[in-house]
Amino acid sequence: MSGGESPRGADLLGLAEMTGEEILSLLDSAAEMKRALASGTSRAELAKKTVCLLFFEPSTRTMHSFAAAARALSAQVVSFTAGAASSTAKGETLLDTAANLAAIGADVFVVRHRSSGAPERLARALAARGGPGRPCVVNAGDGSHEHPTQALLDLFTLRERFGRLEGLELGIVGDIRHSRVARSNVFGMTACGANVTLVAPPSWMPEGVEALGRRPQSRGRLAISHSLDEVLPRLDAIMALRIQKERLGAEPGPSAEAYAAEYGLTEERMSRAKSGCLVLHPGPVNRGVELAGSVADSPRSLILGQAANGVPVRMAVLARCVRARDGRRT
Amino acid sequence: MSELAIRGGRVIDPASGLDAEMDLLVRDGRVAEVARGLRAAETIDARGLWVAPGFIDLHAHLRDPGDPAEETIESGAAAAAAGGFAAVLAMPNTSPPVDSPHLVRYVLARGKEAAGAEVLVAAALTEGRKGERPADIAGLARAGAVAFTDDGDEPRSARVMRACMREAARVGRPVLVHAEEPSLVEDGVMNEGALATELGLAGRPVLAEELAVARDIALARDTSARLHVQHVSSAAALGLIAAARRAGVNVTCEATPHHLVLTEEACRGYDPNAKVNPPLRSESDRSALAAALAKGELDAIATDHAPHAGEEKGLEFDSAAAGIAGLETALGLVLTEFVARGALSPVRMVELFSTGPARVLGLAELGSLRPGARAHITLVDPAREWVVEPSRFLSRGRNTPFAGRRLRGRAAMTIAHGRVVFRAD
Repeated sequence: MSGGESPRGADLLGLAEMTGEEILSLLDSAAEMKRALASGTSRAELAKKTVCLLFFEPSTRTMHSFAAAARALSAQVVSFTAGAASSTAKGETLLDTAANLAAIGADVFVVRHRSSGAPERLARALAARGGPGRPCVVNAGDGSHEHPTQALLDLFTLRERFGRLEGLELGIVGDIRHSRVARSNVFGMTACGANVTLVAPPSWMPEGVEALGRRPQSRGRLAISHSLDEVLPRLDAIMALRIQKERLGAEPGPSAEAYAAEYGLTEERMSRAKSGCLVLHPGPVNRGVELAGSVADSPRSLILGQAANGVPVRMAVLARCVRARDGRRT
Repeated sequence: MSELAIRGGRVIDPASGLDAEMDLLVRDGRVAEVARGLRAAETIDARGLWVAPGFIDLHAHLRDPGDPAEETIESGAAAAAAGGFAAVLAMPNTSPPVDSPHLVRYVLARGKEAAGAEVLVAAALTEGRKGERPADIAGLARAGAVAFTDDGDEPRSARVMRACMREAARVGRPVLVHAEEPSLVEDGVMNEGALATELGLAGRPVLAEELAVARDIALARDTSARLHVQHVSSAAALGLIAAARRAGVNVTCEATPHHLVLTEEACRGYDPNAKVNPPLRSESDRSALAAALAKGELDAIATDHAPHAGEEKGLEFDSAAAGIAGLETALGLVLTEFVARGALSPVRMVELFSTGPARVLGLAELGSLRPGARAHITLVDPAREWVVEPSRFLSRGRNTPFAGRRLRGRAAMTIAHGRVVFRAD
């Protein structure tokens, strides 16, 4: 990175850049935030700070979760929703946007973008502009790249339930190729020592994905499979990804019927899983496609817990970034 | 009668097997004599420099007619000369495409007016570059096109490609191909593989290049066309080309400096300056290209100079335009990364920049310093250290992944038709 190198931790662009220790320490901090929220204790980590929510792609749930997290830390919140249109369509480049953002003067930008890498390029452009107080960038989901806060809340929810992540056997099933949730979870889960199996039809399994589990910080194993029925019986938890309906039946993906039959989490299929095998879903659920309604509502389901953990996890992320940028320790 | 003597340089002319300290006399735009002790009214002191037959870039996008914000024939010819190229082959994917004799004549006329490298014209292979019907290949050749290509695309229909190759073979011109099977690269923005998966970017597989090269080799064998594979980027394609040559198929190939020097790792950080088609590949493909360079399996180094306006590279990686402005960095990169390290001899380098490209085009007047040859001459300063600063490019394109790179060696002077068209300060 040319220009002002950012202090480590001042941005959260993805879980690929984090070690297991860093992730676990964030989860510890999230647990503290959750206790504070439950007891009604107010937090002031972001007092007098401004968090700007910059959503180039609509996502009401993620945006509200970040807004609630920022307010719970006493931050001011401003939001810009640029809609689904690309910056090209507006005649403004991503780098123009960065220049405008620098002028806004926020402390943290939470960025959701349809293009992979857009938050990283914004962060680099802001860093290249220099200055000690340059804003932090938090990735709220970019293209098919990463959705780090979603994966952190998934990890938090799993650790809450199992008491550990190390050694867990976890599965992720769905359109791995286009899923930022899958990538962030692979990085986070393997860094924390869980073993992960990705399950997808061949055309939805991205090339070379096994290498994501052979990084220096990987402590768990990463495997791939095209057969959910072979994998399911040994899993402690399975995450069903949300299937974009427009990809079903579109060449070269499977039809909706074929997908539900081979890869859907039906009640009948779940009867062959371990009794304690839990089910996650990043939401919103396409009931009857990737997940049967009865499974989503069953005691196996962690879906409501995931939603509830979004705010404390995002509080921990925002507090960490600002602390790293300001070079203070709490 | 105008005379020019270039004195005291190391004259490297692979076509005549010459590599010695010599003087060179130019008279009326042609090479008159190479010997010791030559004098003329006008003299260039070439001591410490290499004197080579003028370099020829087989692959440049001059964006004219069409987009003067990106490049014009004038700025492109000047940029080529600054890079040491005395001739540059303009690609026809302009707006409108160069698919008619009057557009060929337009590019040639603009090139003659420009004070830079000689501009040679590659015309479109198919009407409108649509891949549906062969262009008027004979008429385009008569108008002065020296090669045919739909570069940027590949005609999908084998029937159309076969007809094009038959006609190009009949008129004795090479067919240049951008070899990527279109159906496999529609959404792709970088090399397919683990890194693209990690970055969440759609891939363009080596398989696409392999399939296209295999098809076009079979068509070239069938039609006896001269096939030239542009910007080879993979070990797989190199293997197919080498095997086809052993089998007697008339196929040549070029590689770009960016594919020889960089790998897909340059895409980390999502800098669109590293976005190019075919994409930067893995280290194993890059090192196969470097090995082919050393073994003499490449015929030419070509730039695929693709200038873009700043706003097209200021976009997100997936939306940004693909391409690298390469005319002014090619020679310095090859000297620094290969010649200075002993991986490529100066003689072999001159072959790749001059003799080889002239042979690909079948232009006997280019690529040599034999008496009677067109006086296209490149003077290389192999010791000059410099830093790539895109803001100083003569090209209107500033898009390069090499900004800030320290290089050793560059063009000291470029002569076209016996006239100095570039002189380094």
